[in-house]
Order: sequence, then C-alpha cells, then structure tokens
Amino acid sequence: MPENRVLLKKCEAIDPGDVDSYVKAGGFKALKKARDRMSPVEVIEALKASGLRGRGGAGFPCGAKWELARNSREKEKFLICNADEGEVGAFKDRYVLQNDPFSVIEGMAIAAYAVGAQEAYIYLRAEYHFLLEGLKRAVEQVKAKGLLKSLDIKITEGAGAYVCGEESALMNSIEGRRGEARCRPPYPPTRGLFEKPTIINNVETLINVPHIIAKGPEWYAKLGTEKSKGTKLFSVSGDVRQPGVYEMELGCKLGDLLTLARAENVKLVQVGGASGRIVPHSMLDTRLSFETILGSGAITVFNESRDVIDIVSRTMGFFNKESCGKCTPCREGAEVMVEIFGRLVKGDGVHEDLEILEDLSHVMMDASMCGLGQTAPIPVLDTLKYFRSEYENRIDQSAFLRRLKVISA
Amino acid sequence: MAKKKEHSKAGGAREALLSMIKEEQLNSGYVADKAMAEIARTLGLPVSDVYGVATFYSFLSTTPTGKHVIRVCESVPCCLRDAEMIIAQIRGELGIAPGETTSDGRFSLELTNCIGACDQAPAMLVDDEVHGGLTPENIVEILRSYD
Ligand SMILES: Cc1cc2nc3c(=O)[nH]c(=O)nc-3n(C[C@H](O)[C@H](O)[C@H](O)COP(=O)(O)O)c2cc1C
Ligand code: SF4
Ligand code: FES
Repeated sequence: MPENRVLLKKCEAIDPGDVDSYVKAGGFKALKKARDRMSPVEVIEALKASGLRGRGGAGFPCGAKWELARNSREKEKFLICNADEGEVGAFKDRYVLQNDPFSVIEGMAIAAYAVGAQEAYIYLRAEYHFLLEGLKRAVEQVKAKGLLKSLDIKITEGAGAYVCGEESALMNSIEGRRGEARCRPPYPPTRGLFEKPTIINNVETLINVPHIIAKGPEWYAKLGTEKSKGTKLFSVSGDVRQPGVYEMELGCKLGDLLTLARAENVKLVQVGGASGRIVPHSMLDTRLSFETILGSGAITVFNESRDVIDIVSRTMGFFNKESCGKCTPCREGAEVMVEIFGRLVKGDGVHEDLEILEDLSHVMMDASMCGLGQTAPIPVLDTLKYFRSEYENRIDQSAFLRRLKVISA
Repeated sequence: MAKKKEHSKAGGAREALLSMIKEEQLNSGYVADKAMAEIARTLGLPVSDVYGVATFYSFLSTTPTGKHVIRVCESVPCCLRDAEMIIAQIRGELGIAPGETTSDGRFSLELTNCIGACDQAPAMLVDDEVHGGLTPENIVEILRSYD
C-alpha cells in the first residue's frame, strides 16, 4: 500500500510563515462552513459520524468527547492542544507544527466553536522551544484576519517532563503545579483545567477536523477500517534508510510502511514508542489500526544485530526517569525493573528474575494511577513472549561463566 | 486541595508560577533559593510549592549551570545510531561527565530523553537549538560555534 497524503498535503504546499498561502490552499473554508452553516451540535454530529478517534495514543472517539464538554452547563470551558509529543520515537506533531501550524489553529477554532470554549491553550514541550516563534506568529496572523473571533489562544511551554503529555499531568503543569497525574474520575470534559470542562486533543487529531468538516464525514469514513477511520501519521526511525513522517491509511500493513522507509534485516519493530507493542519479524503482516496495534504512531525498527535485553533495559531506564513518582507501583516498580535488567545485562541474572518481571509487570499494569505506569511493562511482557529464549540463553550463559570463575579461582 | 478556587479567566496567580521560574532559569542559569523565596512572596505561595515545581522539571535547575546547556538524547532510537559514541566524544572534548559543568563555566552536559528528532538521530539540544545527524567529527565544530 502506498502513502495516502491527506493531512501532509498542506505541509508541503504552504508557507508556514504566511497565512495567505494557507488561505490560498483552501485553508479556513472548513471553519467558515462550520460557523456559517452548521450549529455546534451539527459539528459534533459530523465528528461522530466520521469515526475520528484521538491520535494521542488512547484512541478515544473525538466527537463523543466533545459532546461531553458541550453538554456541561458550566459557562467557562477550555480547549487544549496537546503538543507535548514526548513519546520516544515520535516526531510527527513536530513536523506538522513546523510546516502547517495553520491547520492546527483551524482545527482548534472549530473545536472551540463546537464545545463552546472561549479560551484555548497549546501546550508545547520545552524541547520544541524552537517552534514557539513560528507558532506565535501563526496565531497572530490568524487573529489579525479576524478568524479567531473571541477565541483566545495561548501557548504554554513545558519544562522537560515526559509525563506532562498525559492529560491530567498536563493540566497541572498549565496551572503552575508539579506535572503529576491526577486521580480520575472526574475526567477533563467534566472537570479539567481550573476545574472547568476541558477538551484535550492531540495535534494530529485536530488537523483531521478541517478535512472532515470541509469534505464531509461520509468521505472521511471511507478511509481506513471499520473501527479506525482516516489516515495516520507515522514517525519511523531506528534501523531504516529513510527515517521520517509517513502518512498511511489506517489498516495498512506494518511491512508496507517499513518498505517505504527502507528497513533492512528487520528483527523486531516497536509500535507506539517506549510503551509500544513489540512485533517480531515473523509478524510484519500485522495491520496498523486501533483494533490491532497503533498507539501514537511511533515506529522504531531494530535490525538483526540488536540485543533485545539491552533495548528493554534502556526502555525501563526511560520510564524510571520519567515516572512522576506519585504512585507506588510505578515509582518503585520501575526502579526494581531497572535493577533486574541491570543484572541481566551484566550477566548476573537468574531464571527466577523472569517470573519476578512478569509478576511485577502485572502489578504495575493493574495498580498504577496513570497510563505511564500502566503501559510501561508492555515491552517487558511482549519480549518475554516473543524472545524468551534470548533471556534464557543470556541467563544460562551467565551461570556458565560464573561456574567457570569458581573453578578457575 | 485545601485551598479553594484559584481558577477563572486568568487562572489566578499560580498559573504564572512555572513561567516565572523558567524566566529566572533563563536569566540566571538556575533557580537560586533566594529567587524561589522571592517568587513565593510575589505570588503569595509557600516556598515549598515553588521548590516543588522547580525540582520537578528536567529543564529547571536549582544549582548553577554553564552558559550553555548541552542535552544529548540517550533514548533508544538515538542509541541505535551510536548516541553513546557521541556522548563519549563530548565527554572527552569537554572533560566533564553528564551532570557536570566545565571549569570555565561555558558548558553543562546533560543526558535527556527523546527530543523528537529521531529522524535526525543521533541528536542533541544545545540550549534551544536542535542538532541532528551528529558525528564525532561535526560535534567538535558544533561545540566551537558556542562561545
Ligand atoms: C505517559 C503519557 C504520555 C502521553 N503523552 C502524550 C503526548 O505527548 N501527546 C499527546 O497528544 N497525548 C499524550 N498522551 C495521551 C493524553 O493523555 C491524551 O489521551 C491525549 O492528549 C488526548 O488527545 P486525543 O484524544 O486527541 O488523542 C499521553 C498519555 C500518557 C499516559
Ligand atoms: S503511574 Fe507513574 S507517572 Fe502515572 S501517576 Fe503513577 S507514578 Fe506518576
Ligand atoms: S530518540 Fe533521540 S531524538 Fe528521539
């Protein structure tokens, strides 16, 4: 299956520093159509009919989420564009923000109209500070054209914390707090930023919106699979000759994407970033969709020369560093995982370690408070499933070497 | 959640906290105890709250840093492109380990997680600037371009 460029088309066609080039390319037609010819409820119905699901990782139906906030009786509501993109191996939101900020703003304006938000935020990760000026200019230009009406779009920058991509931690961060996750419910559409109903959407989710409004939900729903509509942006990196952002129709085969990026001698692929699922070489026919595997669309490719234990060890190091520390299963669990993997890598592992890893994984998944701790053990469990013999061989080898040492001593 | 309602339009004083700390970080290179006390007084917050925020985020520091902060990505996609070699090269070039500052105060070296430049791996940030496609050779030149 070749690429299907719906979202990326404007990225190449427009000048990100010039709103007029965006207008010339058909920009803001969708916003005008929504405001002039559709009621907010009709916009939400269109979103629901399109089947658009959130692109930030969880895949929550977008229209249904908006409806929750719309139906709240609170007068003050917020909209947040999640531009924190902290997932390891993800850079598609960066690409969009850099090359087509106007689509993001148009998507936000339509969302704000639909849910009734007067104030909106773009939460930009600190690592993307170099995008700030361009984004500010884009917002100013759209505002100067009178296209935002009374909507106020602020840009808030993070300060270096992966967990702040998680929606409740993100809201804490905007409120000037530590970026720790919050207990839920209540969920943001009922009670979110400053305790007001809040819609949080990923950058990519928002740029789908103008297309759906302009061309209609029926057109959109023809793309993709039964439960995964539209196209998806994939950030492909690792052992490939052509890393980059690719846009494919949902339901495409992982192998097709790897061919485009020119992957060679593939041993395994991780789909969805650090907490993504592991796909061994024998399963590259797997289709990418919400029904199967997807996540944020970060695709990391590993070739034959790569060591599974080393990869997972580093990944656990990542989670251990980024855990916000609020709940015990994640804070302590990640620490213990790092300790065990450290031993496995060093050659001090024992077979019982594998059982402990499995037990601990289940505890973390069941008992952690937010998605970070709940999904961190996925690569552990997946590699234990598909590459168990590598773990066992390493442990046997280590035991052998230890015996040798005893004999020679 | 004992304190009531600081929400509404502007979100109250607290919303300014993170950006004030960041401003201090930018101006002074770190957030000193005195600065934290000052910010706490301005916003009417306990100093412990300010300290809590200042120590949570990896781009904020409560101890002095060098004029330029180098953050080399150590996440998996960069490691696949020999990030470790790059880190070793920078360590050798500057004579410091991650977490340290050169004696002339020019550079601090830190390791960081994915900076969203994996398509240009191995990558690093120097202050706000992204440098991708790092090699042991071009690293020297890049570092030289910062005074
Ligand atoms: C640890 C963690 C990190 C996350 N990071 C991001 C992120 O960087 N960007 C993002 O859009 N969503 C991220 N999410 C998902 C958000 O919590 C939220 O589901 C999403 O922004 C909702 O938008 P959507 O419905 O448009 O996908 C993260 C979730 C978790 C648990
Ligand atoms: S799961 Fe981890 S990141 Fe999430 S709240 Fe618990 S400690 Fe924090
Ligand atoms: S892993 Fe280094 S930039 Fe993403």
